[in-house]
Amino acid sequence: MSVVTASFGTLGRQVLGTLAAIGRVTGFALRVLVHMLRPPYYPRELVGQLLAIGWFSLPVVGLTALFTGGALALQIYAGGARFNAEAVVPSIVAIGMARELGPVLGGLMVAGRVAAAIAAELGTMKVTEQIDALTTLSTNPMKFLAAPRVLAATLTVPLLVAVGDAIGIMGGWLVSTSRLGFNSAVYLQNTADFLQVWDVGSGLVKGAVFGFLVALMGCYHGMNSGRGAQGVGRATTNAVVSASVLILASNYLLTEAFFSA
Amino acid sequence: MIELAGLHKSFGPKAVLRGVDLSVPKGTSTVIIGGSGTGKSVLLKCILGLVEPDAGTITVDGRPARQGDRDAFLARFGMLFQGGALFDSMPVWQNVAFRLLRGTLKMPRAAAREVALDKLRRVGLGPEVADLYPAELSGGMQKRVSLARAIAAEPQIIFFDEPTTGLDPIMSGVINRLIREIVTEMGATALTITHDMSSVRAIADRVAMLHAGKIRWEGPVSDMDAATDPYLTQFISGSADGPIETLR
Ligand SMILES: Nc1ncnc2c1ncn2[C@@H]1O[C@H](COP(=O)(O)OP(=O)(O)OP(=O)(O)O)[C@@H](O)[C@H]1O
Ligand SMILES: [Mg+2]
Repeated sequence: MSVVTASFGTLGRQVLGTLAAIGRVTGFALRVLVHMLRPPYYPRELVGQLLAIGWFSLPVVGLTALFTGGALALQIYAGGARFNAEAVVPSIVAIGMARELGPVLGGLMVAGRVAAAIAAELGTMKVTEQIDALTTLSTNPMKFLAAPRVLAATLTVPLLVAVGDAIGIMGGWLVSTSRLGFNSAVYLQNTADFLQVWDVGSGLVKGAVFGFLVALMGCYHGMNSGRGAQGVGRATTNAVVSASVLILASNYLLTEAFFSA
Repeated sequence: MIELAGLHKSFGPKAVLRGVDLSVPKGTSTVIIGGSGTGKSVLLKCILGLVEPDAGTITVDGRPARQGDRDAFLARFGMLFQGGALFDSMPVWQNVAFRLLRGTLKMPRAAAREVALDKLRRVGLGPEVADLYPAELSGGMQKRVSLARAIAAEPQIIFFDEPTTGLDPIMSGVINRLIREIVTEMGATALTITHDMSSVRAIADRVAMLHAGKIRWEGPVSDMDAATDPYLTQFISGSADGPIETLR
């Protein structure tokens, strides 16, 4: 009896705790959005974050896409060979990169890089009272720190995804023409004929959502960091893990919304 | 005039402030003394709204601190944090000129830099530190940069949390004199926390001693030495024997 009630009690507490956390994160997200829209704006901060988040993520996202596109071509060729359908390689590489792998892998790489960096930076600022200092200098930390980061990530991750799509398709083309005996012009023609605007567009929308989530998780965990080095470490881990899980979960929901018949 | 009445603050089971009553008259320099960990820094943060008190009232010039425009409220304050709290992503001069580079006090960058260099000079730092980053400075230099930042926008009310810890005696003297000048020449209200009794004598008009979550003694600095409160006399003399418990 007591075991049963105790375990129900634990379960209930965990459910309540999760709901409370969802509520806190949602409230945080809404406040960031309000601060993003309402002046004063900090353009200098925004430009800095556009560079830090977008530009400096290019190598990571590019390399990820290149290797993924190449591996994808090999796999589809091997799988297609079972049905004598090797010719589908260009179209499946293109659709796979643009709809799924470009945004998801790009988003996950950005989560590892950007969510961690934001959480560590803001967590350290919290612990060393820099965030309190901002407040006393008449500057709202949500506006000065969180809003530019979230906006920059929401704007730049779709661009990263677009670049990743192109590089991934190029990776597939490279492997297909050099290792699998495809004709270069035919491969590119196939890709161009097959790919539709919404294949790419849906991936870019996903990228914007993932970018928003990554920066949001970095800011949320950083600004609510516990005390000391340990608190910052935990905030960083939580930011990366929660951003990654949210990317995968929202990817499923977005795919369901965009493509389910 | 800052007025605190019945201020309480606990962190979990630990009661830090247990009914603080204190008034800080306008245009004067008040120093808060008290043992380490008695809640002096928490007290300042309560006034600024960085820490939410559990109970009690805080009024500034008769108006409750928690009401009205928070930006306008904070614009009147400057704060030197105990740990400096410099922004390590910005060079020194941008730290000092932070308020002058954005918001309502925004001025051209070149002018803001001039003000920053002037404030740095007043805390004994030359123009060569202006373009360094806080991490490249010694602890005492960081403290002085932070002090320059606190006074840069010439706020009406300034809080200094241990302005002279980590400084050599001569530099301490410079900072003490600076705080005194800010009060007497600029007419600012200063509230300073310090452990350094020579600083207390140099800075203070009034002294308040925080002990066990309450103001134990409060009065003009001239009455301090004649006071008979055993807690205060033990603190001033720095004796290990007395009513204030020391673990050994
Ligand atoms: N954010 C916080 N969470 C939990 N406890 C806190 C927090 N801030 C302060 N405390 C506790 O409140 C007490 C008073 O802290 P405070 O920093 O005000 O001391 P202090 O009087 O300034 O000491 P010192 O002279 O050493 O600076 C300490 O015991 C500290 O552990
Ligand atoms: Mg302190």
